[in-house]
Order: sequence, then C-alpha cells, then structure tokens
Amino acid sequence: MKPLIEFKQISYSYQSPDECTNAIENLSFHVNKGEFISVIGPSGCGKSTLLSMIAGLIQPDSGSIEYSEELYASHPIRPIGYMLQNDALFPFRSVYRNCILGLEINHALTEENLTYTRSLLEEYGLMPFADRRPTELSGGMRQRAALIRTLVLRPELLLLDEPFSSLDYQTRLTVSDDICSKIRSEGKTTILVTHDLAEAISLSDRVIVLTKRPATLRKEFLIRLTRDSEHRFSSREAPEFQSYFHSLWEALYET
Amino acid sequence: MKREKYLRSLRRQKIIIITIRILILVVFLASWEFLSRFHLIDPFFFSSPSRILQYLPRVNMNGNILVHTGVTLYEIMISFILTIALSLGVAILLWLFPNASKVLEPYLVAMNSLPKSALAPLLIVWLGTGTRTIIIAGISVAIFGSIIQLYSGFRECDVKGTKLILTLGGNRLCCLRKVILPGSIPIILSNLKVNIGLCLVGVIIGEFLASRRGLGYLIIYSSQVFRLDILIMSIMILCLIALILYFLLNRLEKIMNKQK
Repeated sequence: MKPLIEFKQISYSYQSPDECTNAIENLSFHVNKGEFISVIGPSGCGKSTLLSMIAGLIQPDSGSIEYSEELYASHPIRPIGYMLQNDALFPFRSVYRNCILGLEINHALTEENLTYTRSLLEEYGLMPFADRRPTELSGGMRQRAALIRTLVLRPELLLLDEPFSSLDYQTRLTVSDDICSKIRSEGKTTILVTHDLAEAISLSDRVIVLTKRPATLRKEFLIRLTRDSEHRFSSREAPEFQSYFHSLWEALYET
Repeated sequence: MKREKYLRSLRRQKIIIITIRILILVVFLASWEFLSRFHLIDPFFFSSPSRILQYLPRVNMNGNILVHTGVTLYEIMISFILTIALSLGVAILLWLFPNASKVLEPYLVAMNSLPKSALAPLLIVWLGTGTRTIIIAGISVAIFGSIIQLYSGFRECDVKGTKLILTLGGNRLCCLRKVILPGSIPIILSNLKVNIGLCLVGVIIGEFLASRRGLGYLIIYSSQVFRLDILIMSIMILCLIALILYFLLNRLEKIMNKQK
C-alpha cells in the first residue's frame, strides 16, 4: 500500500541576516494511513518545522513531500488539520464561534457541518460551555475546544504539536489519554510531536526519533504494548513499557 | 450579609466621589465669583461666573454664541470622523503590505513629530480660509500619530492567532478580518479618545488663523478687542465640549466591552 505521506530527502534551513541555521537535513520517512506516529527529538531540533512543512506553511529547500490521493478520499474541507502548541482560542469569540472559525474561513458554514460541530461539542462535554468565553474554560477543556476546531474540517491527517505541554501533569495524563483515544476511534492518521517519552510510547504505533539540529532520522520504533483495556493509563503499565522507554532514551542521547 | 455590606460600601464610595467632584466645581465657581465681586481680583481681567452668564446671550461677533459653538462642534466631528476613517484605512493597508510600511516609516515619524501649527499658515495659502482648511488642520494634528498607534497595535496583536488562521487555510485578509481587527478593538477605542482631543486642538489652531466663526475665532477676536469676559466664556465652553465628547466615548467603550 502506498503511504499517506512520504518524505524524501527533505532539508530546510532558517535564514537570518547573521546566520543560516540548518533545521532539517536529508530526512526521509513515511506515514501510513491510520497510523499514530510520534516524533521525538532533542528540544529545538526542528520538530515544529517538520509539522509546518507537512501542513504546507513552509516549503522544503530540497527534497519532496509526496501526498497520497487517499488524503482526499473522504472529501475533507481541509485534508490536513494542525493543532498548534498553544490552543490559540480567540478571547473575543465564544467557544462555539471559535470552533466554527475554520468553517467560516473555508466558506463551509452548511447546516450539515454545523450539526457536526454541535455533535462534537456534545461528545466532548463542551455543549454547556458553547456560549462561554474560552477564558472561562479549564486547560483541558480548552484543548478539547481546539481539537474540535480542527476536527470540524474533517481532516484525514492530524498534526499535533505538543498539544498537552501547557497542561499540568495530572490533567495532561487524562486529557492526552482521552483525546488520543477519541482520535483513534475516529480512525484518523496522526503525527504527534512531543518531548515526553512516556506520552510517545503510550499513545503511538510507531515512534520516530530525530537527531539534534540539523535533524535527521536517528531511529524508528514500532510500539506493541499488551494493553489491559479495562484499565485507564493501562498502556503505561504494560510490561514492555520500561524497555521501550530505555531504548528511546538511549536512541535520543547516544552520541 | 457580607455581600450586602460590600455593595453598600461600593455605592457609598461612588456617592462620595461624585459629591466631592461637584463640591470642587461649586467651591471654584463661588470663590471666583466672590473674589471678583469684592475686587480682590480685577473683574476686567478675570471676569466672573455671573458676568459670563450675563454675556452669554448677548455675544454678537459675527453671530451669537450658539453659532460659534455649533461651527466648532461641526468642524471637530467632521475632522474626527475623517481622521478615524483615514487612519484605520492607512493602518490596514500598511499591515497588508509590510514592505510599504517599512518604506514609509521615517516619513510617518517625521510628520508625526512636526508641530502641526507650523503647517497652518501653509494650509491657509493653499486652501484659503474657511471650514475646509480648519477641518484639514484638525485632521493633520491627529492623523499621523493615529496611524502609527493603530499600526503598531495591529502588529502586536496575536502572532499565534495569525498562524492559526494560516493552518485553517485562511489568507492574510482572513487574518485581518478574524484576528487583527476584532483583537484590536480596545486599541481602536483608546485611539478614538486620543484623537478626539487632538482634533479639538487642531480645529482651534485652525480657527485662530483662518476663520470668521467658531470658538477659536471668538477667543482671538475677543482678546484683540479686550473683551476678556467673552474670551474666558469661550474657554469654559471648550472645557465643556471636551468633557462631553470624552464622556460619550467612555460610554461607547463601556458598551463595546459589555458586548464582549
């Protein structure tokens, strides 16, 4: 099967008057349809740059990104959904109006899409807060609102840029567990950028480890955990978890 | 219990503040009247509230006091509205074309720092005397600072928000409509307050030099014929106008904030 997205020898550098910073060099990897992939690497290694490139906000200097036709198979409004590091909810819009922002911009305020938005709000427990300001929501609720804003455009591929990094540890555990299981059940392909090894192992099918800047592929890990589906956070208690953690740690910091 | 107590103290505080405000005005007017009536200050130079009230309906210098006040108000409103419209338009264009703003920056700064009263004689030669010249004088005082303030407000406004719009598939115009303008409403409102004051300054400067009507004209003319009662009266009316306009804008700001 052809991968959903394939990176071929991608390089990218940032230019400033004083210097030229190589962010990514000769990076190749692929993403299959339906996969949940985590990308980890030392901080500042160009992980966010990678996502911006997939989203088409910036163009690689050399190499190519090949998108499969499959991205458009389900007729999404935007085939790629990008959840930024902060939720960027606008304080001057209600939660509901924040969620339909993407529909407004893409001129897709149809009854069908609005119904879908409301059903998502209902499902994520935000319906009672639909007319509130985002400032009145807790951190976890804000993340969920930001996710809905992304999901209403029915993307095939989701890009998550450390979406849980602004939350405190306990909220982070529940929210990441919660949100990622929802994403999985929707059958979306996902690329998660994180610096949290435990999060990467517990959520993904495959983990990609990048080197420090200029980033290139260091190692890939297929994650297979024996989950006890009855139990919350069960993936973190799987017997294989520790050994994955060690191998990732080593891959990340070996020189 | 505690809540009631708090609300009561809040109400009391408000009453006290308003009472003291009124008291200051009353004491000021009363002592002015007193000092002037008993010739502790010279009523010819300092006038007095009662003399001002006496002269108010009797002013006839190219029209009565209502005409002059009306002319000045009209000129202020027109130059204020034009300043807001023009500076918003230019600031939006500068935001849409950042390179143009880089090119124009030194010119804007130079025009803003220039004392605008220096322009007034030139405006008179170019445009003659009259309402049009005065409105342009009002605009010229406010507009450059207004453009700079609005543009820098737009630029500080939420970089993350614009990135979000791009990820949702919007263009720069979307960023303007969905993030920059709604996010800048507080800045625009405070900009209105600054501009109304500056337009008032510009209009009065204009009237000093180039008019036969308006409070600025009245001030200059009455000083030349040594009618200090009328001069001081005009200044008092200007105070009142400034106060009322500021009050109206404050109300507008409150209404807008409530809508948020």
